[in-house]
Amino acid sequence: MARTRGGPHRNLTRGYSDDLRLFGTPAAKIGLALMLAVLVLLPTVVHDDFWLSVLIYVGITAIGAIGLNLLTGYCGQISLGHAFFIGAGAYITARVGGDLDLPLPVWLLAAAVVGAVLGGLIGPFALRLRGNYLAIVTLGLIFIGEHIWRNFKDLTGGNSGTSVNAPVDIGVADIDQMVIAGETYSRNQGWFWLVWVLVGVVALLAKNLVRTRPGRALQAVRDRDQAAEVIGVRAGRYKIGAFVISSAVAAMAGALFGAYQRFVSPDEWNLLLSIQYIAIIIVGGLGTIFGSVLGAIFVGALPALIDRYSEYLPGVQTGVGGEGFISVFALNQAIFGLLIVLFLVLEPRGLAGIWLRIKAYFKAWPFSY
Amino acid sequence: MTAFLQNCFAGLALGSTYALVALGFVVIYKSTGVINFAQGGLLALGAYLGYTFSNNLAIAFAVAIVLACVSAAVVGAAFERIVLRRMVGQPPFAVIMITIGLLFVLEPLITSIWGFDNKQVDNPWNIQTVGVGGLVLGVRDLWTIGLTAAVVIGFFAFFRYTSLGLAMRATAFDPEAALAQGISARRVYAVSWAIAAALAALAGITLAAGPGGLQPSISFIALAAFPAMILGGLDSPGGAVAGGLIIGLAEALTRGYQDQLFSWAGDNVSVIVPYLVMIVILLIRPYGLAGTKDVRRI
Repeated sequence: MARTRGGPHRNLTRGYSDDLRLFGTPAAKIGLALMLAVLVLLPTVVHDDFWLSVLIYVGITAIGAIGLNLLTGYCGQISLGHAFFIGAGAYITARVGGDLDLPLPVWLLAAAVVGAVLGGLIGPFALRLRGNYLAIVTLGLIFIGEHIWRNFKDLTGGNSGTSVNAPVDIGVADIDQMVIAGETYSRNQGWFWLVWVLVGVVALLAKNLVRTRPGRALQAVRDRDQAAEVIGVRAGRYKIGAFVISSAVAAMAGALFGAYQRFVSPDEWNLLLSIQYIAIIIVGGLGTIFGSVLGAIFVGALPALIDRYSEYLPGVQTGVGGEGFISVFALNQAIFGLLIVLFLVLEPRGLAGIWLRIKAYFKAWPFSY
Repeated sequence: MTAFLQNCFAGLALGSTYALVALGFVVIYKSTGVINFAQGGLLALGAYLGYTFSNNLAIAFAVAIVLACVSAAVVGAAFERIVLRRMVGQPPFAVIMITIGLLFVLEPLITSIWGFDNKQVDNPWNIQTVGVGGLVLGVRDLWTIGLTAAVVIGFFAFFRYTSLGLAMRATAFDPEAALAQGISARRVYAVSWAIAAALAALAGITLAAGPGGLQPSISFIALAAFPAMILGGLDSPGGAVAGGLIIGLAEALTRGYQDQLFSWAGDNVSVIVPYLVMIVILLIRPYGLAGTKDVRRI
């Protein structure tokens, strides 16, 4: 619809169809174009492997966080088992991608399918009950999972871990060594594009999910499950559905994580990883896709940055038995815990909420309130 | 047979610890509707405070236990007052995540004060044992079981015979009606957190006096007490005690027969037994052994 002078303002919502718009306003379109430009150009400007790898991990984390936000932010169910599904995805990639030597789309899909199946098997235990049983059941899942990872050696390589030699080939180009128009790009540059394109795809899928009927049903279940059932939402079914999707997305993140890192061990899929994801979606903003990515950028990059700059932080041990009263691991843990508590108490809508407030301020400027 | 009884005894001692922690979960859940994930942090805090009182300040162990429980209770009540009171009216999942956040703040706080190395708490029990028949009973285990029994009796007496206990039961039953009767919900919430923290501290310090000593990972024991809470039913104190003992027995027996029966499932199967029991319970009797069956009409 072409807007003429004197027509309705671009920010005005006049019905469901306006409310459901994906990129409603011109500002959103410009923002999107800017983000695309950054995505394409950034690896050609930043060549430093450390920063590129941080951004790649951030992207992978953002994918996982979108999955968790669908479950926790939109459906109101807490899962502490996100790390379990991430681990499962990584191991599936090690076997399907590494041992069977199948291409990227196949192992990525295989991981998603396995994640979905695992979620579908576990969800019904916890989700057919009202209340927050899922948090406790998935807590158990972390420990049961760790036992499986350590003992099911054919799949996981046991305590010593397993290498993940999945081919990162998408038909036209090998991500590990990309050649475009005669120019060769490094592994990190290729991975940056791959991961952030996938972030875009997953974000778009998630956005489409939450702005249509299933998404509204999820939010109804979150806000008041009984009322949701009264208006015809099958609460149990939607909760399990959200868990299945969130698990599948987590497994995909795990697949990428494993394939990028090329090696995974059972020590990585612990409770702290799940807590990191919870911190990410709380800091970013519960119930926003954009917030998941924002949270991943701010919180997901923290461990790597703290590790790198630990010598400049007062009181932090730089190595085992070093000076300082707090280890890098413990500092990460404390920061995640503090972020969760502080954001929930002071800014429950997270960074996305702050952003929306800033936007609202300028939208009505100079008549802001 | 002796081996079986020996394992059962170990199970009862472990189960007593679970029972104490699970009782703390139930107290908070009943009065405030919150599943408190920070219980493990409070348990570890209580144990380390007990260590400081007993070793560094050379206070008699019995007094050190009481002091540790009281200090943990103060921390628990303070946390309720400072953080959770702001969350009244917020959705339950936000409050639960706050307690998860607190757990992850407490743990590094503890390691940065007391360090990672294993500590031995000065205590009169040590590794003494008493021989009964063919059994070798650890003095610490006997004390753990005895203290738990005493505390559980005191706990039920408190709720049955004191006016504060009655107020707490009333608030758990119907917060609004309790408010209308002039019961201070704030006081009830603060007291439930204090009780839960004191129970956790007692569990922590009796555990720390054991052969394993005291290390930061002690807080994980509280996570294994969640299955005890589910097994007993989320809102039943009696169920929590029974659930704790059953989980403790199951874990100890699995450990005892690991080599004969469970070697096919890998090493240390006993660690995950509580969670496996929990999943089975959720399948066949989701409201637990003694919990209130969730009735609702749509």
